Amino acid sequence: MHARRLGGLSLILLVCAALYMTLGARGGWDFILPFRGAKLAALILVAVAVATATVLFQTITYNQILTPSIMGFDALYILVLTLAVYVLGGQTVARLPQMSQFLLTSTLLLGASLLLFGTLLAQRRQDLMRMILTGVIFGVLFRSLTSFLQRMIDPNEYSVIQVSSYARFSRMETELLGIAALLTIAALAATWAMRHRLDVLALGREAAINLGEHPKRGMLQALVVISVLVSVSTALVGPVAFLGLLVVSLARLITPTARHAVLLPSAALVSAITLVGGQTLLERVFALSTPLSVIVDLVGGAVFLILLLRGSGR
Amino acid sequence: MIEIENLSFNRGKNPVLKDIMLRIPKGGVTGLIGPNGAGKSTLLSLIARLEPLQTGSIFVEDLEIGRCADDILARKLAILPQTTETAPRLSVAELVAFGRYPYHKGHPTELDRAKIAEAIATFELQDLAHRPLDSLSGGQRQRASVAMTFAQDTDYILLDEPLNNLDIAASRALMSLLRRLSKEHGRTIVIVLHDINYAASYADQIVTMKDGRITAMGPPAEIVTEEMLRSVFATDATVHRIGNRPVVEV
Repeated sequence: MHARRLGGLSLILLVCAALYMTLGARGGWDFILPFRGAKLAALILVAVAVATATVLFQTITYNQILTPSIMGFDALYILVLTLAVYVLGGQTVARLPQMSQFLLTSTLLLGASLLLFGTLLAQRRQDLMRMILTGVIFGVLFRSLTSFLQRMIDPNEYSVIQVSSYARFSRMETELLGIAALLTIAALAATWAMRHRLDVLALGREAAINLGEHPKRGMLQALVVISVLVSVSTALVGPVAFLGLLVVSLARLITPTARHAVLLPSAALVSAITLVGGQTLLERVFALSTPLSVIVDLVGGAVFLILLLRGSGR
Repeated sequence: MIEIENLSFNRGKNPVLKDIMLRIPKGGVTGLIGPNGAGKSTLLSLIARLEPLQTGSIFVEDLEIGRCADDILARKLAILPQTTETAPRLSVAELVAFGRYPYHKGHPTELDRAKIAEAIATFELQDLAHRPLDSLSGGQRQRASVAMTFAQDTDYILLDEPLNNLDIAASRALMSLLRRLSKEHGRTIVIVLHDINYAASYADQIVTMKDGRITAMGPPAEIVTEEMLRSVFATDATVHRIGNRPVVEV
């Protein structure tokens, strides 16, 4: 049953991608194909990165409501970027090649998230409400620190950060595609290699130990992969808030299973369909009257509230 | 044999276990009883490496807890924790299949499939095999969890108060199953029990604990006495004998 549904999802994604590439095309194909192709690749990379990071995060926190964005990972990324601009100076950061700038912020994010979330998640008793509260407080803290630093930065230098601070699916940083693709593929390979271990870790701490898995080790490895994936998606399109929650909840409805071998590709496909299909509709049909991120956050936010009120955190 | 030497354990500043020396022989059902807060569950979770050791050592045959690789130990010893809060999406068959994970790490062989089928048949779960766990009664879910530890095929099985929330029929069925596992399949079963009568009826030997220490160990007929109830549980209950079997009047 799951194989057929995954097949169906792949088919829908292909149709969406074909429409995205061809709909409303004016001018020579030798310009349109590489131009739209790069944007399509970026959309798919972001979609897969967000979906995978969300599944991983939900598995290691034993619940189906929290996502890296809700816990403030994206906000942390922007704080790290702002901090880099503040300390090194906007000109230095802007003059750094895109690559090194990206690698610098991702490495810093990795360290900061291991420090913050590693200690938070390592606690024996994980209580959902406390985690959500912590996430909200982390988010507010990171955002206010960011805006505090941004006020102290030279307005000209501020422009380096400004573009990164909002979700933007129409104007993406396609220069980063190469390194982003490389990192995403490495992270996905690591996740896929972990898929059976993730099934066991999802059973809960004691059951996982009983089956010979080391929950803390698995959790730290997952956190590293999550940090890489969040860096990739935030660098390409900015913070995405509720996208992860929306697509993973949909994937759990379409392929109801606890097996990560099914859930991971299913979530990635749903996510890619949402972004590519949504962007096609908004860019080509509705002529960009509303940004996709607004719609995704509206629907995703509603899903968050519904899940929370229904108490189906687990 | 499980050998525990000089085991002490503190939670914060409070000592939970004090210098425990215990040898649990191979084979049979060993019941662990004692008043609330005596340290029974802590002792069990230390043997099962659910918590890190502080002082002392525990050997399960030649495997030392804390030194031995996790997956090797997972083929020697299984624990059924007090709260088996498993993912509700799993079906019974999927849960039982996890018992083979320490052997195949995600790539089951024919032998693994055969063991899973055997476990499902032994615990009469064929009709429930494809039902999700959250649609089952407490007794059925407990049976599925025990079937998983059976499929795990370990010589030692530890259970922490498995009779919680079970009615008398489910409790008796589970205890006879555990007895059968030890008699027919040679498993060593260590079980924390609240109800002394269950321990007296189904265990081959009883270990009593009080205030983080082992107070006595032996066959039920010797251990379950009015004197023990007074000293360990601080209660004056009458013990009747039916044949050689002690029954505590409650």
